[in-house]
Amino acid sequence: MKLAAVLDIPRQKPEWLRLKLPSFVALLALWQGAAMLIADPVLFPTPWATLETGYQHLVTGELLFSLTVTLARVAVAFLFAMVLGSAIGIALGRSQPMDAIFGGWLSIALNMPALVTIVLCYVWFGLSETAAIIAVTINKAPTVAAIMREGARALDRQLIETTQVFGVSRWKVLRYVVLPQLAPSFIASARAGLALTWKIVLVVELLGRPNGIGFQIRTFFNYFDIAGILAYSLAFIAIVLAIESFILQPIERRTGRWRTA
Amino acid sequence: MIGVRLEGITRRFAEKTVLQDISVAIEPGSFVTVVGPSGVGKTTLLRIIAGLDHGFEGGVAWSEDRKPKLGMVFQEPRLVPWLSVIDNLLLIAEPDARAEAMALLDLVELQGSADALPRQLSGGMQRRAALARALLAKPDLLLLDEPLISLDSSCAERLRARLVATWQAQHPTVIMVTHDLVEAVELSSRVIALAPESGRIALDRAIPLPHPRRMSDPAEAALLGELRDLARDWPAPTHAPEESETQRESNAGMRLLTI
Repeated sequence: MKLAAVLDIPRQKPEWLRLKLPSFVALLALWQGAAMLIADPVLFPTPWATLETGYQHLVTGELLFSLTVTLARVAVAFLFAMVLGSAIGIALGRSQPMDAIFGGWLSIALNMPALVTIVLCYVWFGLSETAAIIAVTINKAPTVAAIMREGARALDRQLIETTQVFGVSRWKVLRYVVLPQLAPSFIASARAGLALTWKIVLVVELLGRPNGIGFQIRTFFNYFDIAGILAYSLAFIAIVLAIESFILQPIERRTGRWRTA
Repeated sequence: MIGVRLEGITRRFAEKTVLQDISVAIEPGSFVTVVGPSGVGKTTLLRIIAGLDHGFEGGVAWSEDRKPKLGMVFQEPRLVPWLSVIDNLLLIAEPDARAEAMALLDLVELQGSADALPRQLSGGMQRRAALARALLAKPDLLLLDEPLISLDSSCAERLRARLVATWQAQHPTVIMVTHDLVEAVELSSRVIALAPESGRIALDRAIPLPHPRRMSDPAEAALLGELRDLARDWPAPTHAPEESETQRESNAGMRLLTI
């Protein structure tokens, strides 16, 4: 018998049941209430109507195709942006002269509007897949670099100094001392990056690709199909949240386990 | 065994000169303690020898053509927080050194804590793990910055004896910084005292006495007296030692009964 039962302590319900689920239901209720108040199913469809539209597109396979195409673009651009941004961020964080020289470039890149980069990439490289990926990578990499730079600056110099005295190999220092310290920054930039990447990918698709969620949204816009816009957007939000919950959060828990041991 | 020769070492921090024209040759296989008040530059001297401080004037030379293999215990334990104690040791060694690492954990009385994370250990236990790590490196030159300072007196007493035994068995060159004059006289083959203010060497004495040492030995007592006379003008240490020198002497006496 559990101690809580023996002591007759009321068992606390898990957080998702106590707070998250009611909060989500409240949001749906708010949406439903607003839809009923506006009373225009075309302009502001109810949650149920949106779900129905999404289901119809799922059955025809259109939704799944668009999701796959957009997800593939997000994955490739995300990977490039993480690699490029991490390399730049670590270099700037570890080298003061480099930071002094190139820190300003990073500030400019961070403040460059996504739309400008996308339009320029399409103009320079044509309406191609390469241009789309480059545009998203250029938009996303500075954010990763900025977060990773802070992480690299905060590296424990004493630990690195200690490994230096003992002549520990560079690979071991990287694997066991440096990367675990960078893990929180890496996860933070991945989280911020994932949300940002898919938003930029949508704009890229809307402006110059013949498929994907962004392209579909443009089509729905032309036909004034608000339910379609919401259904496709929510489907992709669900996927991003799933990646966050089932991939990023477990990695974060795993890398931070030693703090609570 | 590799010796060290310091030639005219001077180190300034802003306006303050902590070390001034330090020239000393440390014989291979010797056990040298460096004593002096807080802020006199003892740790800086170790960092210069370890190659961690480059802002000094003068030179550091080795008695052989190669750079010595170093082992070091810093003022802080400096264990990697996300690695277990045994993994912290193995980080600086070859993967097949596990048995040796376990034996060293046994030596520092941490045999039951091999799989613990550093934060699960007390400060004293972390320092012992750092000492085991330094010994696992099988160094030519062992640099110790107050390695036994936060240990309880009986544990520190046992570790002092084991440290001397390890030194006698492997004969690395040892340079140990300490505030504890009794410890300096008890352990080392040579004691160097740094003078406050001037940053120069105030005293440099060989201690050609066998181990274990008796604080009642006239030669030892004379040297201790000389060091105490010197230390009378030193400013008070910034941290309180866990054990007073009187206690230490009493413990040393007790040790004679038990060894």
